[in-house]
Amino acid sequence: MSIEINSLSKRFGHQKVLTDVCFQAKKGQILGFLGPNGAGKSTTMKIATGYLSPDAGDVLVNGISVNRHPKAISKLIGYLPEHNPLYPDLYIPEFLTFMGGLYQLRGTQLKERVKTVMEQCGLMPEKTKKIGQLSKGFRQRVGLAKSLVHDPEIIILDEPTSGLDPNQLLEIRKLIKSIGQDKTLIISTHIMQEVEAVCEKTVIIHKGKIVANELLHKLKSAHGEFTLLLQTEENLDPGWFEGLGFLNCEVKNTRSLLFTCTDPTGLKKSLMKQVQERNLSLSNLSQKENSLETIFYRLTKN
Amino acid sequence: MWRLFLKEVNAFFNHLTGYLILCVFLVSLGLIVWVFPGTSVLDYGYADLDPLFSYTPFVFIFLVPAVTMRMLAEEKKAGTWELLKTSPLRDHQIILAKYMAALVLIIFTLLPTLIYYFSVVQLGDPVGNIDSAGFFGSYIGLFLVGALFSSIGLFSSALTSNQVVAFVIAVFTCFLIHGGFGALAELQPGQVALILEELGVIYHYDQMGRGVIASNNLFYFVGMILSWLILTWMVVSKK
Repeated sequence: MSIEINSLSKRFGHQKVLTDVCFQAKKGQILGFLGPNGAGKSTTMKIATGYLSPDAGDVLVNGISVNRHPKAISKLIGYLPEHNPLYPDLYIPEFLTFMGGLYQLRGTQLKERVKTVMEQCGLMPEKTKKIGQLSKGFRQRVGLAKSLVHDPEIIILDEPTSGLDPNQLLEIRKLIKSIGQDKTLIISTHIMQEVEAVCEKTVIIHKGKIVANELLHKLKSAHGEFTLLLQTEENLDPGWFEGLGFLNCEVKNTRSLLFTCTDPTGLKKSLMKQVQERNLSLSNLSQKENSLETIFYRLTKN
Repeated sequence: MWRLFLKEVNAFFNHLTGYLILCVFLVSLGLIVWVFPGTSVLDYGYADLDPLFSYTPFVFIFLVPAVTMRMLAEEKKAGTWELLKTSPLRDHQIILAKYMAALVLIIFTLLPTLIYYFSVVQLGDPVGNIDSAGFFGSYIGLFLVGALFSSIGLFSSALTSNQVVAFVIAVFTCFLIHGGFGALAELQPGQVALILEELGVIYHYDQMGRGVIASNNLFYFVGMILSWLILTWMVVSKK
């Protein structure tokens, strides 16, 4: 099942939050929806789930419009809202049964689903606790379980891993990856490692506009710049390396320089040559892959 | 929809506040009806429950908003509103589920006062000498007043995510609808006064207290309740 976001626009009062936002996700794809705080990630997701209505544009789930049939669509979408709202007074199975009931699951089917998602999300050890007593990580799992309980085809998670410790983070990511195999998943986040760890496709939004919409590896090679770090025992003069075919040279300190280039192998060779000619003792020459972080930074800095 | 209804009723009885509200209601009415010298049925000498029926609407003005204030406001504040809105549940189902839960709670608070009725039946001379029609008319009237106040409470709870604000708006609106129109009518004698008086709760409630359930009174309550619920729906369905 696919989800298509078609030229959404939305304004809150005078502030234009979304301008012509378009992207789509296919089945089996985990889409990372990135953007700085306040870029319009959550607004887009709220529109996609039918919670807000857009000023222009539409969201199509398998060709059905969310604007026109929000309630028909709601059964196909599992949604974890930002801040993960829950009822603290309910026990975990009680809450999941309640939510499953709202999604029109009944009887044994409902029981089965609640049990399945509790196992899937590792909630069994905490099943006798009220949601209010749970730690943040477990609450996040309850939220995730809630968004899965009605077995939706499309899952939209708004910052599913915010506030988790590194172990929980790994587990939740593993879980997300396993879910994503046969569903369509959209994850919004501003944590780059997360996207690199789980996502196949990346959409970057900045000030309500899409600035990148590509498969992750294409996005990385499209912005193909690399950085080389040169460190020596002696003091370095950036002037020695002029004309070696780099884009930028940054002085980190007297003994190390940072080069940006498009052809790292060529530059490495010429740098080595310079080092030998000047009889310097090399302590480090390393290449850093252009991380998503730098791409993100470049696309969203102004 | 039943799930939400049951959850609401459960939420009320799983909380100390639910029992607190129930207790406050019963204790204050018990004091008025049986203990306080000015209003006590025992001192009064007649086998009726006038104090109960004249004071309960005033207690309801505070009690019902206390029950309904959290119903929508809390969901909005906690963000769980988003869970309900993105579920297949339609807006009117959410409102109806919550409203019916409020009605059940009102019935629960009123039920124990039936004991008063049986007590007064026993106290009559001869036993059973009581105007039962008037009594049950008033009871139905009380329920309708509670139902009307609930719809007002639900509406004000839809307006804000702050429970205190919801409570204050509801108390004030209930107060105006209950006594305000009657008071206005007194200020403005003539044809307008009649219309104003008929807009108020007291006018219809008093008529029911005579033991006659006339269609115009029922129509008044049902119409008012529906209008408030529709207003609530309009507020809630805005995206």
